[in-house]
Amino acid sequence: MRKRHTPKDRLITVALHVALVAGLFFAAFPIYWMLSSSFKSNTEIFALPPTILPKAFTLEAYAAIVGDPVKLRFFFNSYFVAAAVTVLTVLIALLAAYGFSRFNFRGKGSLNTLIISTQTIPPITLLIPFFGLVVSYRIFDTYIALILTYLVFTLPYAILLMTGYLNTLPRDLDEAVAVDGGTSWTALWRVIVPISLPGIAATSVYTFLLCWNEFLFALTLTKSTSMRTVPIGIQLLMGQHAFEWNQMMAMSVLGSLPLLLIYLVAQRFFLAGMTAGSVK
Amino acid sequence: MTPQKRSHHRLKRAVAPYLYLSPSLLIIGLLMLLPMVTVIAYSFQNSAVLRRDPSFAGLKHYQAIFADPVFWASLWHTLYFTCMSVVFHMTIGMVFALMLNSDRINPTLRNILRVLYILPWLFTAVIIAVIWRLLLEPNGVVNSILMQMGIIGSKVEWFSSPETALHAVTFANIWAGYPLFMVSLLAGLQGIPKDFYEAADIDGAKAYQKLIFITIPQLMPIIISISLLDFIWTMQVFPLIWITTGGGPIYSTEVLSTYTYKLAFSSYNLSQASASAVVILLISLGLTLFYIRYQKAR
Repeated sequence: MRKRHTPKDRLITVALHVALVAGLFFAAFPIYWMLSSSFKSNTEIFALPPTILPKAFTLEAYAAIVGDPVKLRFFFNSYFVAAAVTVLTVLIALLAAYGFSRFNFRGKGSLNTLIISTQTIPPITLLIPFFGLVVSYRIFDTYIALILTYLVFTLPYAILLMTGYLNTLPRDLDEAVAVDGGTSWTALWRVIVPISLPGIAATSVYTFLLCWNEFLFALTLTKSTSMRTVPIGIQLLMGQHAFEWNQMMAMSVLGSLPLLLIYLVAQRFFLAGMTAGSVK
Repeated sequence: MTPQKRSHHRLKRAVAPYLYLSPSLLIIGLLMLLPMVTVIAYSFQNSAVLRRDPSFAGLKHYQAIFADPVFWASLWHTLYFTCMSVVFHMTIGMVFALMLNSDRINPTLRNILRVLYILPWLFTAVIIAVIWRLLLEPNGVVNSILMQMGIIGSKVEWFSSPETALHAVTFANIWAGYPLFMVSLLAGLQGIPKDFYEAADIDGAKAYQKLIFITIPQLMPIIISISLLDFIWTMQVFPLIWITTGGGPIYSTEVLSTYTYKLAFSSYNLSQASASAVVILLISLGLTLFYIRYQKAR
């Protein structure tokens, strides 16, 4: 047993807590500053000395965002594209994962390696050919362009995530369906899907986050203000009203809400989705 | 089952996996592998994308890029940005994970801090960029705190002076990215068998000896694979730099992704941009092969 409560030991504990507070300041202060600035007036944001708590608490920045249909449209677009891609990704990845997890076939190993390696393809490399494709198929500046391109980036990781999950489920379950004369298709929908909800949740969270955060393709493959997503909206706001810092912060807070909510409500799935590819 | 039925069943089993995989393979083939071939083709054409019948250019665009000092500057900035980011992500992630894992803090505090330390991870790159622009404004809170503490004498224009801009974007990226390491290492720490430490205690090992001879070697596989992934991803960072500095001032924060983007969509030199995109692809592929080999060797 280690000896406790010696003076040296107490000193280490105190030092650790000081370091924890320093770490907390490093991690959380920038976010606190965003939040508190979103409730300030623009003049107060740059007040000297800085005010830690808003002196004149105001919701004017939020009112300006929520009251502007152009900005609400950014949010609609982001939610719509992210939701559509999530549904498609989960469906397609589920089928592929089922194939990988329950069958042995020629080329399985190399297909698996292909999917792992596509995860790291730089988006900027695909951007130019995508731009060419999108323009020549006349889907520039449409939802379809965004949904299709996002799908390519969400799919590989989603397949790996779902395959990993399906591999943890016992095979007797779907073999029982086969014994009863059912096809693998019935086994998938009757048996596998109902018990795969945690895996589906983690995959959905991951896909939604990726779409919600996407910037490069939204910037390049859309043009009209009505097609822009939240990240581009924030950039536009910065270009047009360079000094409306409180509005930019309010929009950032609103734009972070889905991620924060998912994290708070479904922390387990969030962490599973964010780290599955890297901790295996 | 009749023999006929059985062979029918077997055929179904043989075809089924390909059917289940077909939507994914179709999308990956058409929208990932084909575009990769296309971008390589573009890099050998004159006026790619812009013209219907582009002529063959040979290695012209590659020569143009390798002769461009801005390309080499971008490569160097990418390397600096990426290496510093990965090293500090790892260090900060490790320190935070060890602190949170210590049995000297009470479990409630540990849980609260764990959530708060993850915070930077929950924000989109664009929002992180905007937050740091506000913090590092010449009249902003960081300058005012540093001046009060006497660390700097006058206001620093962090993002708009060539001396500090690259360090500033790197710092913002370090802040944004350490939680991946922290979370993974924390999971790894909890997986180290307790008897290792008990055996070390019996031998009278000091805390730092346990760290060097037990903890770090046990975490090594996680450290290496996350470092590789982090390196590949950080190399591709675009929005953070685009929003904070746009590659400026005077190219001082230009990285390969912003360099390529500007070639393509500011100068509309899509052929040359494709050549630059292929260079990025090759670097990524090299690292990816390394990563896959490492994963398989484990």
